Amino acid sequence: MYADSSWLIENARLIDPSSGMDRIGRLLVMNGRFAGMDTPDGDVPEHIQRIDAAGCIVAPGLIDLATEFGEPGREEDETIVTGTTAALAGGYTAIALSSNSEPPIDTAASVEFIRQKGARADNCKVYALGCVSKGQLGESLAEIGSLVEAGAVALSDGPRPIENTALLRRALEYCGMFDRVVFDHPEIASLSRGGVMHEGLEQLKLGLSPIPAEAEDLATSRDLRLIEATGGRLHLTSISTSGSVELCRRAKARGIQFTSGIFIANVHMCDTMMRSFDANCKVNPPLRSQDHIDACVEGLRDGTIDIISSGHRPSSLEKKMLEIDAAPFGMIALETAMAQVVTYLIRPGILTWCEALEKMSLNPAKLLGKSGGTLEIGKAADFFIIDPERRWLVDATALQSKSYNTPLNGSELFGLVLSTFVAGRRRWTAKV
Amino acid sequence: MSHESGLAVTTPQAILSTLRIPDTWNHKHLLGLEHLTASEINLILDYAEVLHGATSNGRSKLDLLKGRTVANLFFENSTRTKNSFSLAAKRLGADTVEFSSSGSSVAKGETFIDTAKTIEAMLVDAVVVRHSSPGTPHMLSNHLDCSVINAGDGPHEHPTQGLLDILTIRQHRGSLSGLTVALVGDIAHSRTARSNIWGLLKLGAKVIVCGPATLVSKHWEKLGVEVSYSLDKILPRCDVLNLLRIQFERQAIRPFPSVHEYTLLYAMNQERIGRSKPEILIMAPGPINRGVELTPEVADGPHSVILEQVTNGIAIRMATLWLLLGRKA
Repeated sequence: MYADSSWLIENARLIDPSSGMDRIGRLLVMNGRFAGMDTPDGDVPEHIQRIDAAGCIVAPGLIDLATEFGEPGREEDETIVTGTTAALAGGYTAIALSSNSEPPIDTAASVEFIRQKGARADNCKVYALGCVSKGQLGESLAEIGSLVEAGAVALSDGPRPIENTALLRRALEYCGMFDRVVFDHPEIASLSRGGVMHEGLEQLKLGLSPIPAEAEDLATSRDLRLIEATGGRLHLTSISTSGSVELCRRAKARGIQFTSGIFIANVHMCDTMMRSFDANCKVNPPLRSQDHIDACVEGLRDGTIDIISSGHRPSSLEKKMLEIDAAPFGMIALETAMAQVVTYLIRPGILTWCEALEKMSLNPAKLLGKSGGTLEIGKAADFFIIDPERRWLVDATALQSKSYNTPLNGSELFGLVLSTFVAGRRRWTAKV
Repeated sequence: MSHESGLAVTTPQAILSTLRIPDTWNHKHLLGLEHLTASEINLILDYAEVLHGATSNGRSKLDLLKGRTVANLFFENSTRTKNSFSLAAKRLGADTVEFSSSGSSVAKGETFIDTAKTIEAMLVDAVVVRHSSPGTPHMLSNHLDCSVINAGDGPHEHPTQGLLDILTIRQHRGSLSGLTVALVGDIAHSRTARSNIWGLLKLGAKVIVCGPATLVSKHWEKLGVEVSYSLDKILPRCDVLNLLRIQFERQAIRPFPSVHEYTLLYAMNQERIGRSKPEILIMAPGPINRGVELTPEVADGPHSVILEQVTNGIAIRMATLWLLLGRKA
């Protein structure tokens, strides 16, 4: 028996989106696997490590589908070691790492690199996403078969939209052979090029270049039509407009099979935040106006949006110190995403804990065809403990991420992750 | 750095008492007109008039800001605004330091904040900044201890231009209240338009934005601004036309088919003057494209106040510098 991967967690609120369970109980973990629910004292090994989790929630580890680190090539933003530590601190037990590095992950060797670096970091699980197109250039297909063979869990051109419609069609057809999902960030770049923020009254006042909502709507519409035509598997990584939500809602009603995701920033951060000209608010999809946020929240509530992703995109301080036009897109979010969901979706009663965990854990696991999203007996014990009522102040410099680019710095959030366990091993303990 | 210390200049006590900075004025920076109140705008206009008079209509100097240094930090080409700020500083007895650089900081390898901090370390009291990216003066105000004056940040704001336009109108009409002012042309890319809109609305003018639909957003209506695509339709109602320059350099896809078509629809010419109110004021922030926004006859004609705007620019900038730096002096 591995002493460091066996636990008895007592008095916890156990929430399992795979079964709908939400009740107080005790959870037995043996040798890295969930071993028992409410196990009688007589069946619990005598010297097992016990955790009293009264007042806390125990839930399946979060799984992120939109994490970018930068390594290889942009280690100044985030390394796989710092990024996976940040993931653990946020309750994530697995991340699918964006192919958007330098060079992008478009060869079997680079997939191997990510997997080995992830294993060596020995934090959360690291799955590699391979590029859809060679060099992420959007011109020709990457060697998708080789990428899958090397372990790529899905195909994605990272934050870059697959602009070429013919290429996307080919990708959907081709990836179907390997039963892999194609990720697309829906954006018609010819409508948004040079844009800095959501087009609208705020943008007009600030004089920043616009990213119109229809740049996303048109891409979503196109993508949905191509799924229907090809029967391919597609994940819309990051919808953020009322138009996209409505298109997805109608497509689901018609029985089209796909998943839609949203970045946590687009759930509650409004374009009015750009008034500060803080480059940390410059993200893609851009922070939208309140009507779009409301539509997205409704999409989360009624199940139109399946997955909540962090959209974690670190940028070193010197890059975000540039003029807002020149600063790169992105904010870090792995360490705050769960608390943002607690603060802005669960506490206001928009989602239940079970629904939130479905979107942050179970659905991503299903999409990738990986274990997770469950507390089921016999499954790998990937889980975390969170104090849902605990308020904490975001201090960007105290986060595990190597970068500080979050506009939440100084904000108060509810829900502090206390511990994160990967295959039963406690890999994160918060200093409280 | 220029310092004309040879001149013995003093400020009469009477002027000093007129220029007392009220306790209600608590701005360290001038970043835009959006967040100023009507009375704060009027204060700047009033002091501009006093300072203009006190410098014998701009022909003599005062020592109000003696020993203080104003840095011009221009990351975008400019001659008139930069010279106007320099002259304004010198007429108040301040020293000036000039820094020009074109292109973004990425190209240079030094962030513009570092550049600004370097200039500030030369112990300047105010930085006048122009930059192609909106928000750069706001960023500087967060990073520097000295005062920051926005001399134009991309298409966002150009507060002293807005103020000098409004001062020019006030001089001719006494009050802004009830006047109809049309901003014509490239509203989308114009910082002058934005500063004018804020200032004019606060002082009670009716504002029309007019130009091709590709350059005039419908969203302006949400601020109580009238949107029009036809100069000919609004012309008979206008008391003032402010003809904004078409900023060819800021546009990826041309927002109208040709200059020829633009002039047909929006250029102010003698024929259109004939259909305007007899006392109409023709303004342009400059540099003007003669033959595009207006014909030479109109630019040089009796309704044009374009050169008065330039003179008023120095007065407005003197008032701005005094209000931001005067309390410490």
